[in-house]
Amino acid sequence: MSTFWSIWISVIVLGTVFGCWWLLYATRKSQTTDTETNKTVGHSFDGIEEYDNPLPKWWYYLFVATCVFALGYLALYPGLGNYKGLLGWTSTNQWQAEVQQANARYGELYAKYGDTPVPELSENDDAMQMGQRLFANNCAVCHGSAGRGSLGFPNLTDDDWLYGGDPDTILTTLHEGRNGNMPAKGTMPNMTTEQVNQVVNYVLSFSNRAKDEEAAAAGEQVFAQACVACHGPDGKGNQAMGAPNLTDDTWLYGSTYEWIRETVVNGRQNQMPAQGDRLSDDQIQILAAYVYSLSN
Amino acid sequence: MKHEIVEKNLGLMIVLIIFTISGGFLAEVVPLFFLDETNEPIEGLEPLSALELEGRDIYIREGCHVCHTQQIRPFRAETERYGHYSVAGEFVYDRPFLWGSKRTGPDLARVGGRYSDAWQRQHLYNPRSVVPESNMPAFPWLFEDRIDHTETEARLRTLQTLGVPYTDEQVAAAADEVQGKFEIEALVAYLQQLGTVISEKR
Repeated sequence: MSTFWSIWISVIVLGTVFGCWWLLYATRKSQTTDTETNKTVGHSFDGIEEYDNPLPKWWYYLFVATCVFALGYLALYPGLGNYKGLLGWTSTNQWQAEVQQANARYGELYAKYGDTPVPELSENDDAMQMGQRLFANNCAVCHGSAGRGSLGFPNLTDDDWLYGGDPDTILTTLHEGRNGNMPAKGTMPNMTTEQVNQVVNYVLSFSNRAKDEEAAAAGEQVFAQACVACHGPDGKGNQAMGAPNLTDDTWLYGSTYEWIRETVVNGRQNQMPAQGDRLSDDQIQILAAYVYSLSN
Repeated sequence: MKHEIVEKNLGLMIVLIIFTISGGFLAEVVPLFFLDETNEPIEGLEPLSALELEGRDIYIREGCHVCHTQQIRPFRAETERYGHYSVAGEFVYDRPFLWGSKRTGPDLARVGGRYSDAWQRQHLYNPRSVVPESNMPAFPWLFEDRIDHTETEARLRTLQTLGVPYTDEQVAAAADEVQGKFEIEALVAYLQQLGTVISEKR
């Protein structure tokens, strides 16, 4: 704050306090005795007259006390421009003190488990209780409170993993997040409607559900052109790029002909938001163990 | 001065009342118009893109700011839940600001990147489908209505006049950027950038 504004604020603030003080004195009626005077202000409405008595003393001194309080407050706290106050208080350092205190108290609880390997940690009841709460606060909103996911949000309790369910992969997923991207029509942007029908039938045939065997057979070629780059020649997917296995029973976006068709035609974009900036490393370690424990 | 004089001269009383009550405004508000802390953008802050700006107007139209604040106070309970506390420099391009005053829903000052786009869309289409206990209304029409692109350029131009550093090229390209897009795309784009300039490892 520039000196000008600092002085501007100080003058107005102190001026207001002393102004109130002056007003109090200037308008005070002389109060020589404690007994009420019987003078009225001299007007009468419907026979009602108005006394003109001084303020009761206790009331008057309350006003004085507020002025004294204001000056004391301004001496201790920052209220006068650049003056920092005798206590050196700021909202930021109050927050910092709060955070430090909490970190000293709770950080230890997390730190205790920070170096424990995930599989071992997932057997620890205390840590898993903490993990459950962390999960409820940070993950349940997408993956559900039981971790079972829903349409578009992966189920964490089964054995099926988009990116892999080993401890290190779970940790990477939590720290850095994931960006899933299936391009519309895979690597074959000029796929015709007929070919879409064929490839959807072919995908359904992995689980013996093809609606049209002939189309399914024709779909193999389309699949080879549009899908193998990620899902592999046998449709089993590729965890390195998060391409799901198409031959199992797990479907992130629905398993019916219509849903798969929608996926093929428009593609899918999905993100797992990175938690590395939001949670401490120790907290993520505990969370990873909790997620690991859901399926192990 | 005799009290009676003030009481019996209305004009004088008005002047003195204004003088008396203006102190707070002059000391607490006026300096903010001139301080760097409140007028300088924080490092890395960019004006909203045309799409995000349309999303912001939808946010206002649907009254999101009535139930959601966009201001994280420097208390641990808030920074634990929402992230780094808000600073004045984040809001210098906000006209009007959307700090809000009531939290029926959570604060949104740093909701950007917190959930996936798909989650945001699902949640706006039917909040109960992802948060069973939610009492937020659903906004299905955002998925049907398209943005009115005819006013986008004027909106950017207005902000430019008010000092938001849009380039003339940005203003000229604004309508094209949003034309044909659904309102949900704009709103999600707006939400996903909220508070993302400051991120702090806790």
